Amino acid sequence: MEDDIRVPIASDADIVIARQQGRSLAERLGFAATDQTIIATAISEVARNIIKFAKRGEVILSPATKSVSHGIMVIARDQGPGIADIHLALQDGYTTGNGLGMGLPGCKRLMDEIEIKSEIGKGTMIMMKKWVL
Amino acid sequence: MEVPILKQGDYLIATFQAALTDEDLLQLQDALVARVGKFRSRGVIVDVTAMDVMDSFAARTLRALAHMVRLRGAETVIVGIQPEVAFAMVQLGLTLEGVATALDLEEALLLMNRRTKGANIRGR
Repeated sequence: MEDDIRVPIASDADIVIARQQGRSLAERLGFAATDQTIIATAISEVARNIIKFAKRGEVILSPATKSVSHGIMVIARDQGPGIADIHLALQDGYTTGNGLGMGLPGCKRLMDEIEIKSEIGKGTMIMMKKWVL
Repeated sequence: MEVPILKQGDYLIATFQAALTDEDLLQLQDALVARVGKFRSRGVIVDVTAMDVMDSFAARTLRALAHMVRLRGAETVIVGIQPEVAFAMVQLGLTLEGVATALDLEEALLLMNRRTKGANIRGR
């Protein structure tokens, strides 16, 4: 059984480390090359959100299981300003920063499951899962 | 990690060697825009074959780079987007609208010759 991999996020170099760690865990868990890239891309987006909005936080990568299927779980969490309207943050094109508003809605399309918990002034936790087909 | 930029005749060729940070991408953008003027280049080819992930920041930076290079009077072609990277980009909803792409360096040079030399003839 794989242990959880915790990647502290505090600079743009950490974004690269997180997505590389995520890719290699995805490979070990049996994901095909395309899915490895998809998972690495989603990790890159949520890790960048940490830098952009909270300055620091962490990404936790671990194996996931659900009845007969197995896959990967990616948790990105920070103690930043939080998201005021999660529903809005998941809409295409909605942005509070200077991005394209693609990050979270994009992650929703890339991954099989996404769950966001956020409290204003306390922080944000994004949990994403993808299953091996 | 800095991206090496090669001068090849009228063109500049930048080849990604590994995964780049946001900072690396911005540095590359600045270096290319500056060198187009310094070497009076007609075109910029960015080879992203070694790029592990094209996320929203990378796509935005490459698009901005192509627009800046055009404002400096040259053309940009992005080459070597890997099939799984292309797949992830489409799912994420990213486009490189307004930016020329080619399969590999050879195709990029053909495209670039057509674009820059063609413009030359029309200009006469």
